[in-house]
Amino acid sequence: MSDQALSGILVLDLSENISGPYCTKLLADYGAEVIKIERPGGGDIGRSIGPFPQDEPHQERSGLFLLLNTNKKGITLDLERGTHIFKRLVKEADVVVENFAPGAMSDMGLGYQALAEINPSLIMTSISYFGQWGPYRDYRGADIVAQAMGGLMGLTGEAEREPLKLPGSQAEFQGGLNGAVATLCALYFRDQTGQGQHIDISLQEAVASILESAVSIYSYSDLIRGRTGPRNPLQCPSTAMRCRDGWVHVQAGANWDHFATFLHTPQLMEPRLASILRYHYADEVERLIQPWLEGHEVEEIFSSAQEWRIPFAKVLDIDELMEDPQYESRGFFVEIEHPLAGRLPYPGAPFRMSQTPWQVVRPAPLLGEHNDEVYLGRLGLSKEEMARLREGGVI
Amino acid sequence: MERQALRGLRVIDLSQVFAGPYATKLLGDMGAEVIRVECAARSGRGGVLPRMRPGGVFGSSFPHGDTGERSYNRFAYYNEVNRNKLAITLDLSKPLGVEIFKKLVKISDAVVENFTPRVMENFGLDYPALNKVNPQLIMLSMSGYGGDGPYRDHVAYGEGIEAMVGLSHLAGYPDDGPLRPGVAYADATSGLHATFALLAALRYRRLTGKGQHIDLSMREAVTPLLGEFIMDYAINHRVAKRMGNRHPSMAPHGCYRCRGDDSWVAIAVSCDEEWRSLRNAMGNPPWAGEERFATLGGRLENLEELDRLIEGWTSQYDHRQLMEALQRAGVRVGAVLNVAELVQDPHLGQRGFFEQLTHPEAGTHLYPGVSWKMSATPGSLRLPAPRFGEHNQYVFGELLGMSEGQILKLAEEGITASEPLRWEDFSPLDQGEEDRC
Repeated sequence: MSDQALSGILVLDLSENISGPYCTKLLADYGAEVIKIERPGGGDIGRSIGPFPQDEPHQERSGLFLLLNTNKKGITLDLERGTHIFKRLVKEADVVVENFAPGAMSDMGLGYQALAEINPSLIMTSISYFGQWGPYRDYRGADIVAQAMGGLMGLTGEAEREPLKLPGSQAEFQGGLNGAVATLCALYFRDQTGQGQHIDISLQEAVASILESAVSIYSYSDLIRGRTGPRNPLQCPSTAMRCRDGWVHVQAGANWDHFATFLHTPQLMEPRLASILRYHYADEVERLIQPWLEGHEVEEIFSSAQEWRIPFAKVLDIDELMEDPQYESRGFFVEIEHPLAGRLPYPGAPFRMSQTPWQVVRPAPLLGEHNDEVYLGRLGLSKEEMARLREGGVI
Repeated sequence: MERQALRGLRVIDLSQVFAGPYATKLLGDMGAEVIRVECAARSGRGGVLPRMRPGGVFGSSFPHGDTGERSYNRFAYYNEVNRNKLAITLDLSKPLGVEIFKKLVKISDAVVENFTPRVMENFGLDYPALNKVNPQLIMLSMSGYGGDGPYRDHVAYGEGIEAMVGLSHLAGYPDDGPLRPGVAYADATSGLHATFALLAALRYRRLTGKGQHIDLSMREAVTPLLGEFIMDYAINHRVAKRMGNRHPSMAPHGCYRCRGDDSWVAIAVSCDEEWRSLRNAMGNPPWAGEERFATLGGRLENLEELDRLIEGWTSQYDHRQLMEALQRAGVRVGAVLNVAELVQDPHLGQRGFFEQLTHPEAGTHLYPGVSWKMSATPGSLRLPAPRFGEHNQYVFGELLGMSEGQILKLAEEGITASEPLRWEDFSPLDQGEEDRC
């Protein structure tokens, strides 16, 4: 025990798609024993969402599902018919994570109160679009809905065009991340006091928590921050700009003098532009440096700017990203072998711990892969009992 | 007294700007004692500005647009993310500053920093050095690219990281260039991962008594959040393109204009049944019944036309009324809320999401509250952001047992500072790059 930071923690994971599974992936990748409990038949809805090889749906081959469920064990259980079995697992568990519509757990007799009666030190983490209570509790959500209602979309995009969501499922990931952090806070408290609790994660609130200073600026000065395209409205310049063979992110850093010299643009030293208030002249600043940028290539601009300690960056797309040398040098992408999906590179450790490293012990589970281990082993059911459950469609 | 999940935990926070401070904000909200260590060149709050009304979004970051007597105590950007923390000043480029810092390390649980990796080394305060002082210490180092590799010493801010992970490339309109998220997305995301890392390390320490070092590259922490695109490339060698508000397997899926100025709703239809619900809610206009829109495949193929027709309908209505009506009909829909609407949102209001704090120099204002609800240890906004050097007396006197005379001497010798450098001598975002104080 304790070769990883979270070894010895037992998590029952009822969640599906992205938010809950990212929460439990973090727990599992750093050592918790996560038992993923899926509906018999279809399983996690994430199994039916791509990307799939050649776009052909297959419940064991969704790329995103494979990524989000590394290191978990998988069992099948119909929660409504197998309530008693679930409750036996709850007795031994430290954490339950779920992302059903609010109220669904209570309807099955598995609300926090019911589970806390079985195990008072249990931590239950519930992740939903709008939280477990309040006027929008039963609103239907989606990632784009949470990005809209959390205030992020209204700040992203061009002022004159429609607001934009961030690519992928960023609100879902934020929900998962908040769930993971809150769960560890609750474990810290439980380890001191023995007391469990219920955590209520709302994706809307997770998003509304990361609006930088938009809320306080509104409160300080009544300014409703709008959309500013690729520009950061708090700093100038900080924007994506075109160069000879692509795009770079342009940012000045601490030393304006260096910035002007590096870009061979002495006009930038005019007091008006050298001042902190230069953001009033962002168009002009960008116009002045554009010709130099267009004469140079991404790689050259990035590496020479860095020699001057100017924080330029490359605007990369996905193939460029996966070939970038820094990841390779640190061994970030990790090859994982899966019995049906084969060997693929996955994003690896989001952070490195010197004593208790991130590890891949197993790939994402096949549907019901660990039924025998959990039901026969952990719960000590007999083969006959298991057969009965299987016939009854419970597992 | 309210119970707090992380009461008793003491964290020293050297971090700048946003990613590190976001991590320590989460710890502070949950009850940890977070002590920010700042200096004249690096306060994370910008430098001294003359009294003025600078205008723009930046100018609006000061109460009533006025920088006031001490701009660095009135900066929204700092004050929002540094609530629930204490702050001292200490010059780590001087031997006495380092000595005092080590005394503080001895009585703390964790150190959080987000300099480029060489800076703590130059101070003589890298992990091996701190581990000698306190073997149980957890040190969290956050940098743009990580503690080794060819980019180790590269300077980076969050926006650059968003570009380097492919997020900027994929964000934006399909017919336009790359775009940055409207908020410091890489910073917040890295901050959340960092907090998780720190808490995981604390759990290991509780069982084994061992501290450790966490090396967090912001770029690596954000990369998994682009997982579907990366896995698509890994599986199919397909390079994802900008999609704007569209979705590969939902249609309609987008943001539609409503009545009024800059007023929008987001709608996501994930199956044919939800499409029927939307059609019913729209009053079944003849176009919606057309064969070409009947299946997901058809809707994806005719998306431009579909979006135009839907927008023709949505633009007649108020975005909030539309949201309520469509939600009643079972459609996944949300009004795009601007910050004023967010602050007045009845749901967030009833949940008590926003909280008020009174800051002695910035006044009484509203801030986003605790990011989640916990039944036993809810957490709260109990302290306004610290003023520059506000807690020198508490930390040097009460925690480290220094006398009045010793503390005065620190000021005389320039180990502590009375105010930051002039803003013009430093960037608006105090760099995590400099090893001078």
